[in-house]
Amino acid sequence: MNLLESNIRHLVRFTLNGAQVEGYAEPRLLLTDFLRHELGATGTHVGCEHGVCGACTILLDGRAVRSCLMLAVQAEGAAIETIEGLAHEDGGFSPLQQAFHENFALQCGYCTPGILMSMTEYLRDNPNPTKKEVRVALSGNLCRCTGYHEIVNAILDAAKALREEDGASS
Amino acid sequence: MKPPRFDYVRVESIEQAVELLAQHGDEARVIAGGQSLMPMLNMRLVRPQVLIDIAKAAELSGIKANGKVVSIAAATTQNALLRWQGLRAHLPLLAQALPHIGHFQTRNRGTVGGSLCHADPSSELPLCLALLEGVVELRSRRGTRRLAARDFQVGVLTTAKQADELATRIHFPKAPEDAVFAFKEFHRRHGDFAVVALAAMRCENTVRLAVGGVGDRPEVRSWDGLQGSAIDDALNEFAWQLGGSDDIHATARYRREQVRHLGRLAIAETAP
Ligand code: FES
Ligand code: FES
Repeated sequence: MNLLESNIRHLVRFTLNGAQVEGYAEPRLLLTDFLRHELGATGTHVGCEHGVCGACTILLDGRAVRSCLMLAVQAEGAAIETIEGLAHEDGGFSPLQQAFHENFALQCGYCTPGILMSMTEYLRDNPNPTKKEVRVALSGNLCRCTGYHEIVNAILDAAKALREEDGASS
Repeated sequence: MKPPRFDYVRVESIEQAVELLAQHGDEARVIAGGQSLMPMLNMRLVRPQVLIDIAKAAELSGIKANGKVVSIAAATTQNALLRWQGLRAHLPLLAQALPHIGHFQTRNRGTVGGSLCHADPSSELPLCLALLEGVVELRSRRGTRRLAARDFQVGVLTTAKQADELATRIHFPKAPEDAVFAFKEFHRRHGDFAVVALAAMRCENTVRLAVGGVGDRPEVRSWDGLQGSAIDDALNEFAWQLGGSDDIHATARYRREQVRHLGRLAIAETAP
């Protein structure tokens, strides 16, 4: 047990998309701000800073969470995945990204990183969702541009592509 | 929208947390999942000197079913409980209610004890605790005490937990074999705060009904041999006794109507 003082920047280390990273944070620094300002990983967006919009959603140890509702110091030792880690190594789109591209599922793109990270966990646990289930699963991510139809279609397409990928590899 | 300054301690055990609470009392706040506290910190509605993080204390997470009781360690996440294999058999009401708490992204962090200690009048876990007559176990340097739901939550965002006490375990009685449950909630969008939430349980000839979102805390009534138009009368009387008020989400009148409407549906759903 170690008390971290309020006005001192403390060393924080975790893995970000598989790579070991570190930086310094006062206890009150939000994980969103640590990712964006300290590590320069600006793919994670900040909308409301109180857990409502979902723009800041990341994966923490494989589970989708709001990075605006976490302190950087709480992420010590965790495995964090963000939008920057989604694409294939050669830069090609992942099935989820490809489906968003093909379905015009983004306009300004502000909500997109949070939606893609949320759906990464969701489709892993629910590979074959119905349209209605996708709508409920999307309720934690606000989009002010698209009207959601294209997003729902993209997610259903991505689910199909992932199932086919899975079928082909097994 | 950034939190004010505070010292931060991540504890590994109940004992460490209790020690720190004894030292800092009112100046400290316990954080587990932070799904209610972090927004309050970001909006500077609370300004603790010390934040005590219990999320990583192993003894504060996990679920045990023994005898007639399911004991849930306070920092168990809502999604961990939702994934627990025994949920449907032992706590069928929670299997229905948990998916309504926020979104899956907030349930991944939000905890069972955190939700109960936050004591929002419209939230689902306090409602279930009230209906099922669960018990909250509190620990401090002074000892351990167990409070029944109605003695624990005393008002809007207010519990009987003292500043030096930590909620450590929540005890839910296992559902009797012949009990039937129903959960109903009205909200604008899935995952939003409930305008009115209702839980019902029928066991033999008795119907118990809990209502959240109307009064200052969940309220419970029970009736024997309720049938026909007596159901409507009982619900109407209950709705008026709850004393809700108007706010931006709904009027008191609308809430009463929801109690009557959802109440009928819930009671019908439990009918043999
Ligand atoms: S910025 Fe985190 S939920 Fe809106
Ligand atoms: S694309 Fe603009 S907010 Fe969703």
